[in-house]
Amino acid sequence: MRLHRTFALAAAAIATAVAMAGCGGGSTGTTSSSGSSGSTTITYWASDQGSSIADDYTVLSPELAKFQKQTGIKVKLEVIGWADLLNRILAATTSGQGPDVVNIGNTWSASLQATGALLPWTGQNFSSIGGESRFVSSALGSTGAGGKPPTAVPLYSLAYALYYNKALFRQAGIAGPPATWAELAADGKKLTHGGVYGLAIEGASIPENIHHAFVFAKQHGCDFFDSSGHPTFTMPGCVQGVQQFVNLMGADKIVNPADAQYDQNQSVSDFASGKAAMLMWQAAGSNLKAHGMSPGQYGIAPVPVQSGAPGQGTSVDSMVAGINIAIFKNSRNLAAAEKFVKFMTSDGEQMVLSSKYGSIPPISSALQSPQFATPELSVLRNVLSTSAAPLPQVPGESQFEQLVGTAIKNLFADAAAGHPVSAQTVQQQLASAQQQMSG
Amino acid sequence: MVVGVFISFKALTQLYLAQWRDAPWAGLANYRIAVDFNAAVGQALLHSFVVTCAFTALAVGLSWLFGTAAAILAQDRFRGRGVLRAVFLTPYALPVYASVITWAFMFQYDNGLINHVLHDELGVTSRPTFWLLGDNSFIALVTVSVWRNWPFAFLVVMAGLQAIPRELYEASAIDGAGVWQQIRRVTMPSLRPINQVLVLVLFLWTFNDFTTPYVLFGNASPQPADVISVHIYQASFLTWNFGEGSAMSVLLLLFLLLVTGAYLIVTSRRRRHA
Repeated sequence: MRLHRTFALAAAAIATAVAMAGCGGGSTGTTSSSGSSGSTTITYWASDQGSSIADDYTVLSPELAKFQKQTGIKVKLEVIGWADLLNRILAATTSGQGPDVVNIGNTWSASLQATGALLPWTGQNFSSIGGESRFVSSALGSTGAGGKPPTAVPLYSLAYALYYNKALFRQAGIAGPPATWAELAADGKKLTHGGVYGLAIEGASIPENIHHAFVFAKQHGCDFFDSSGHPTFTMPGCVQGVQQFVNLMGADKIVNPADAQYDQNQSVSDFASGKAAMLMWQAAGSNLKAHGMSPGQYGIAPVPVQSGAPGQGTSVDSMVAGINIAIFKNSRNLAAAEKFVKFMTSDGEQMVLSSKYGSIPPISSALQSPQFATPELSVLRNVLSTSAAPLPQVPGESQFEQLVGTAIKNLFADAAAGHPVSAQTVQQQLASAQQQMSG
Repeated sequence: MVVGVFISFKALTQLYLAQWRDAPWAGLANYRIAVDFNAAVGQALLHSFVVTCAFTALAVGLSWLFGTAAAILAQDRFRGRGVLRAVFLTPYALPVYASVITWAFMFQYDNGLINHVLHDELGVTSRPTFWLLGDNSFIALVTVSVWRNWPFAFLVVMAGLQAIPRELYEASAIDGAGVWQQIRRVTMPSLRPINQVLVLVLFLWTFNDFTTPYVLFGNASPQPADVISVHIYQASFLTWNFGEGSAMSVLLLLFLLLVTGAYLIVTSRRRRHA
């Protein structure tokens, strides 16, 4: 009797704990494409590039109709928000049930390349879309690990620039935008008073933290990974770079402590509403317009460097930001998918899509068009071609983003609470992140 | 779950995602990494486990206390009792995501309601407080969890109280028992079977709660509020090391099994002896 009772209790315990443990899997991907009644249909997962997902449908739908008219291939479009896109791709990778064509953040390129789920762009595949030489070389540098065929091709390019509020600069008696960090800190101190801060940042956003920390570390001669792909987070240059970034809030006090918890583009709205005088952002123009700030109210300059002018090596002032387009290797419509990628990267489509999204075409011939010679895009174009560098193209990149991005978020939390952010504190946080990479 | 256990013995990293069945066997390596408390991964997991235990103990304790106290106070008939009960149950009836995101807005540093009241209106704090960063994030997490779960305790205890015969209270009153003595000697012993299940369910819900911390803090929880459900999610989905994440999940499952089993055995023995 007692045995039965104990057994029943154990069974109840197992049933309850199993029910509550909630160790479920990820979401399933959508079904793969299928050919029906002679016409081919492919599935395309687009990233959210517009002001909303609905906006993306409005932008892309006429272009897809154009493609169908040209080729007879129907494209089933699904626009996926950034918060879900990577998880959806991972689910599609594991289940083998995914789209034919997908947009990816270009920093994920090497990590997704390592999964083996995406079609490698060998010379032959490249020639089917017009050849590798059509693409801008800086954008191609962010398509996968070196020495292996890339598994994605550039679709939209972006770079960081410094946006500054002209009226606030005039009021503070500052003639022009800062070119070095020392100048930025000095200008920031003049601009910080009465509820206005010199600079707005997105302190709780993991991607933003990583993008800036990468540039700061580069400027101190550190790459976060060595040539064989091993993490070097605790090298002095990386520690100095991260510390300098966090100390814009901690020591220079030109950033509102409230920014430490920003991760929903609040820094853009603070800049647009005049609560902050400077902002480092990728092609913020359309975003600022949506917040009611007209192009005449702000100026655009390259992000500062330690000294001298932006360039390569320790004078890098932006990551190569952008979106790549990839084909799932197990697609049953590879030829149709390649045709679609060719269409999306064609000069004509690049002109249409880049102008609608405010991005820069990664195609050399399209880039020369006068329509991309606006003050904003001229600066971004110049940064991209002369002083931007791709984030480390190593398989562990996504892990690096998560671990180091979180470490920087914690450091900003310390700075916001008024705790000094010493080199030792930064070193400890980065060392912990590095050990978890190796683990 | 079986697949989860299977994966925990595999070195399933991003390199094998597309052919995850072909990932090499890792033996107990994932478990060894997870419980190696001298290395960063194990230390982080242990820290997260301790935080989760403290969070669960506080949140379950307070939810039970508030729920029971409110149920006892609302037991006697008075004007507006029905309305009050309905109001008490509101947090439980609201969709989790919507209510937690509202709390996240209220906890904002510069324009949140809580800082507005505490700092701007009442002047309790000398400067606005960060509720979603640093040490205070733990307080924020416990607050939201208690707010969400206490109505459930209230509901269950209220139902339990209906089953206690009025005669027991009348008899104890004749014997000279005061309110406290009635609660201690009549109410609580009668509620024991109810409480046994209630505390267990609250424990499991709170220990595994993913939505509340995830919605409050996003992908990267602050260290003082780094509870285990989000920690494991980060260890697998964000760093793409599914083998290690699964090993941590299995360890969590074993821990919950152990606690649940021990709890049921101890409480049922006590009931038999009572």
